[in-house]
Amino acid sequence: MSVLAESLAGSRPRTPAGRAVAALNHAVIHIVLGLIGLIWLVPTIGLLVTSFRPRSDIQATGWWDIFELHFTLDNYRQVLEAQGMLQAFMNTVFIAVPSTLLPLGIGALAAYAFSWIRFPFRDTLFLIVTAFLLVPVQVAFIPLLTMSRDLLPDLQLTRGFGAIWLAHTAFGLPLAIFLLRNFFITLPKDLIEAARMDGASNFSIFRRIVIPLSVPALASFAIFQFLWVWNDLLVALVFLGPGTDVRVMPTALFNLLGAYGGAWHLLTAGAFLTMIVPLGVFLALQRAFVRGILAGSVKS
Amino acid sequence: MGLAPTPVIPARDLPARAGLTAARARRPEGPNYVAAVLFLLPATVLLAVFLLYPALYTVLLSFNRGRNGVFTEWVGLDNYVRLFSDPDFLNLTFPPSGALWNNVLWIVFYTSIVIFLGLIIAVVAARVRYESIIKAIVFIPMAIAATALAVIWKFVYSPDANIGLLNAILGAVGVSPISWLGDERIVNFALIAVGIWGSVGFATVILSAAVKSIPAEIIESARVEGAKERQIFFRIILPMVSLPMSVLAVTLIVNVIKLFDLIYVMTAGGPGKASRVIAFTMYQQAMQAGQFGYGSAVAVVMLVVLIPIMVFNVRRFRTKSVT
Repeated sequence: MSVLAESLAGSRPRTPAGRAVAALNHAVIHIVLGLIGLIWLVPTIGLLVTSFRPRSDIQATGWWDIFELHFTLDNYRQVLEAQGMLQAFMNTVFIAVPSTLLPLGIGALAAYAFSWIRFPFRDTLFLIVTAFLLVPVQVAFIPLLTMSRDLLPDLQLTRGFGAIWLAHTAFGLPLAIFLLRNFFITLPKDLIEAARMDGASNFSIFRRIVIPLSVPALASFAIFQFLWVWNDLLVALVFLGPGTDVRVMPTALFNLLGAYGGAWHLLTAGAFLTMIVPLGVFLALQRAFVRGILAGSVKS
Repeated sequence: MGLAPTPVIPARDLPARAGLTAARARRPEGPNYVAAVLFLLPATVLLAVFLLYPALYTVLLSFNRGRNGVFTEWVGLDNYVRLFSDPDFLNLTFPPSGALWNNVLWIVFYTSIVIFLGLIIAVVAARVRYESIIKAIVFIPMAIAATALAVIWKFVYSPDANIGLLNAILGAVGVSPISWLGDERIVNFALIAVGIWGSVGFATVILSAAVKSIPAEIIESARVEGAKERQIFFRIILPMVSLPMSVLAVTLIVNVIKLFDLIYVMTAGGPGKASRVIAFTMYQQAMQAGQFGYGSAVAVVMLVVLIPIMVFNVRRFRTKSVT
């Protein structure tokens, strides 16, 4: 409990009437928080429960009708096999992992240059990178599609994994450079100067000192980027197309919705499969995730 | 719902010794061009090929007919004139409608309610022992794909009272089912509610940290002076979290302008065109209707709307790195 919370709760009312008011206030607080908890949990629980119910049950009664519970895994079997979610899962892993590692590495190199190498216009260039943080990816779509169609028709750039790796990398780079540079410049200057005195090259300072000391910041960015890529629908639609051959989880779920709009037994199972990896990552690495969000937004 | 990857996180408040100017003044050796080029080359190439060049191309294409995405015929401001005279994009007769207007609705309602609820939860949860549990529950939607979020809420909103929880609750109190996503007067607010549900956790995390960074002595001494809880909230807590709150507001507004997935999956801009937003219009015009010049103009509008925020950010970072 924080200092503030203690001080807020710590003022003890002295009269019986005051104590009654305080107790009532406390009851109100618990009710409000309980309601908030319900509103934020119930929709997801409904999804989860429904995904384990047989189709006929779903049409007959609501998921909240707990007396009608016939547990089944059929929905998952059907979605994974017949609806191609298993393939989509593999595709998503195959896209998300390189699309996380590439901007992490390339962004860290650039962030090191912006922190510890002297060159002209360094601050100006860094400010340009921060402006790139806000450029909507939409401005890039038409030229990228045209370019790949006209210049490299044989490379299948628009319908292959290579294109989407590079696109996600480029779109993630401004955030990577921004977050990592702001972390790198807080590293102790003496340490890096000393290594330089001993004749260490920039690359060995980067690899031996900066990277090992920056694991928290690297982890924060990696989580952001991984969740972003895993959950992305727009870039996947544009670069992989909505076709059946190369689907990722969000496009597979979207197609499921288009094809079987009312088939809730499939949709709920598909939605839960789409959520499960990000939820696992989030629950396991919640602290690093929150630290990344807070990086600088609050004085620390 | 995808908030995290595009945040407007301000630069960390840096101690002076780590500031750019100080670091430069004490650095003994001269500029190292070779190292700078080597370290920056991969990032520069990717940013130039995938963002800078395409952005310039798109700006130019917005002044062109742009058939097939290549420069065919220069048309001046024609695309923009068509765009702003298109009632599907902006219709200011009463009641106003159109994609751009829907973004305004989102900015007004989504941003204010997310911040309001985030602050309430941050302050109120700090007074109970299960604070971290409440915060985690509210935060979970942040990890979920907008596509999955859309499925969860299409399910809740289902007009069939045997399937949709909301209409089941209404049915229990004798109200006939409402078509939340099928009525053009309701659809935008139903979607904004989903957006709020997805983003309150983000606001709570930021505001909770801000509230906790207020020194306890300040609140203690106010209480000793006889300040009421309400006065403490409005006179101390609120002013002291105003900076993170403004950063949060900017982040949420940027999020609204880029908003796409949720609309595309939940309503595809419908019923009719009632729930379109600008990012949806851009996708629809350029990727589905093949109107590349026109779609470019929409993308440029998105960019232009974001420029004041970019300038605001760059100014803030610059003042920080100099002092």
